[in-house]
Amino acid sequence: MTIQVDPRCLYTKTHEWIRVEDEIAYCGITDYAQEQLSDIVYVEMPEPGDSFAQGEVYSVVESVKAASDCYLPVAGEIAEINEELEESPDLVNSDPYGDGWFVQILIEDTDELSKLMSPEAYRAYVERLEAEGEH
Amino acid sequence: MSAGARSYVPHTDAERQEMLARIGVESVQDLFQAVPAAYRFPKVRLPDPVSEPEILAELRALADDNLDVQRTACFLGAGAYNHFVPSVVGHITGRSEFYTAYTPYQPEISQGTLQSIFEYQTMICALTDMEVSNASHYDGATAMAEAVIMAHSISRGKRTKVVLSPTIHPEYRDTVRTYTQGMGLTLVGDESLRNDLASLVGLVDDETACLIVQTPDFLGRILDLEGVADAVHARKALLVVACDPISLGMLRPPGDFGADIVVGDGQALGNPISYGGPSLGFFTCREEHVRRMAGRLVGQTVDNQDRTGYVLTLATREQHIRRERATSNICTNQGLNALAAAVYLAAMGKCGLAHVARLCYHRAHYAAQQIAQLEGYQMVSSAPFFKEFVVRCPIPVEELNDTLLSEYDILGGYDLGQVYPELQNAMLLCVTEMNTVDQIHELVDALEEAAL
Repeated sequence: MTIQVDPRCLYTKTHEWIRVEDEIAYCGITDYAQEQLSDIVYVEMPEPGDSFAQGEVYSVVESVKAASDCYLPVAGEIAEINEELEESPDLVNSDPYGDGWFVQILIEDTDELSKLMSPEAYRAYVERLEAEGEH
Repeated sequence: MSAGARSYVPHTDAERQEMLARIGVESVQDLFQAVPAAYRFPKVRLPDPVSEPEILAELRALADDNLDVQRTACFLGAGAYNHFVPSVVGHITGRSEFYTAYTPYQPEISQGTLQSIFEYQTMICALTDMEVSNASHYDGATAMAEAVIMAHSISRGKRTKVVLSPTIHPEYRDTVRTYTQGMGLTLVGDESLRNDLASLVGLVDDETACLIVQTPDFLGRILDLEGVADAVHARKALLVVACDPISLGMLRPPGDFGADIVVGDGQALGNPISYGGPSLGFFTCREEHVRRMAGRLVGQTVDNQDRTGYVLTLATREQHIRRERATSNICTNQGLNALAAAVYLAAMGKCGLAHVARLCYHRAHYAAQQIAQLEGYQMVSSAPFFKEFVVRCPIPVEELNDTLLSEYDILGGYDLGQVYPELQNAMLLCVTEMNTVDQIHELVDALEEAAL
């Protein structure tokens, strides 16, 4: 199965994505992350108004296999959380870059975006991980 | 190592030599060089071996020096209670399939154990009128401490104040303080017995994670919790209630008053008062908070052929999966004690439990009424009480208890002056269904004579 990489997003090594849309940026976890976790049963959300540094834990995603921390790709303040995930955490599995978004944030410093991976770089990174996993 | 000890260790001499060579020492003894030679291999001076009949006789002689509640009238409660344990409890918990304190490491293969825990959880929920129960904690004190940690976590660590009633069991309050060391919490409210329920509610502010009360409280009084949950929730704090499970046979359950977390000691449910333990702590909460709850949780489900089965559920909260971010570092449950509680509740049934509660209530009230008529003894409070009450005595409680025990074979009440300076010469007496009317009369007569 091929891992989807959304060309409109930037990526972290810990498999989070961020998509900047004007003033607001959407954040979530990647297709690779959701596939590794398998069926997601719960997403623990921060509260709107909470602020986090780049790389700080802002959410915990829980699957039938594990609970994993999610790190914010860049520093920012939580503007909105995806309340749909409370009832339907499986949206993260079915549509990780769309309806399965976690939070919208107000970015503190757009310079931090330059530290993230491009879609091409992330695809190469995931392919390398997959190749290592097959050994 | 002796030949005997060696037979229990799987390593061969060759393997041992290889390990020693790798770390660069000659012998196992060299590993103890850091210990001064004089202390390195001290002579253990043990008496000569004796035969099994001899050692049994010696142990029996030692055991005969013990006092037990089969041979002594017990009016001591204060957190551990002498209630009747039906024989069936021991028969079930003693079965080899159950006789281990541990949840099995491959839990789903042990459906019987999981089912018994599920039944326990279900009955505890019914008793407290709460939505979710875990598989238990060590005791009531540790369950309360976990409730504080949970309330703090529900506030996402933002609320750091905890309001504690001064009439919560003093050892529970100590345990809460021990467990929450280093968490940056401020615990207030229990500085003085003058802090009544209304003033405790007044201490709840926007920084408060939870208010904790106990009912019946440590002094035996039944608290009226009407409106307390609303007042606490208005500040977005949580209400934690500790209670005596036996009292729920006749009193309105804390869940019905809107409590968010209900905890307590489950020893009274089918477990003996065996020198302070083992006990079990029950812990229940509202379903919306279940992911913040500590401890093990058994759920009911169906397998791929639609047969009912039991599983450990929501295990991602636990330390073996979530590691340092687990809800608690202590996920041990008191499986065997919880099983005893479940068998007890099943054996007693709703009517049986209500009957026990009423017997405790009426006998305690009869005893209180009789003692209050004695010269020099007064009831300290006129508040409604369940099975314990406080009596002001004409002489120090310690002295009184010595006389009761040595001259009347009666185990007297708890000396409240130890923990509440305001309650010097005050004794907390407990009466349960195990205290016969004759025993109560003997106590009343003994108290009268001892005060002369």
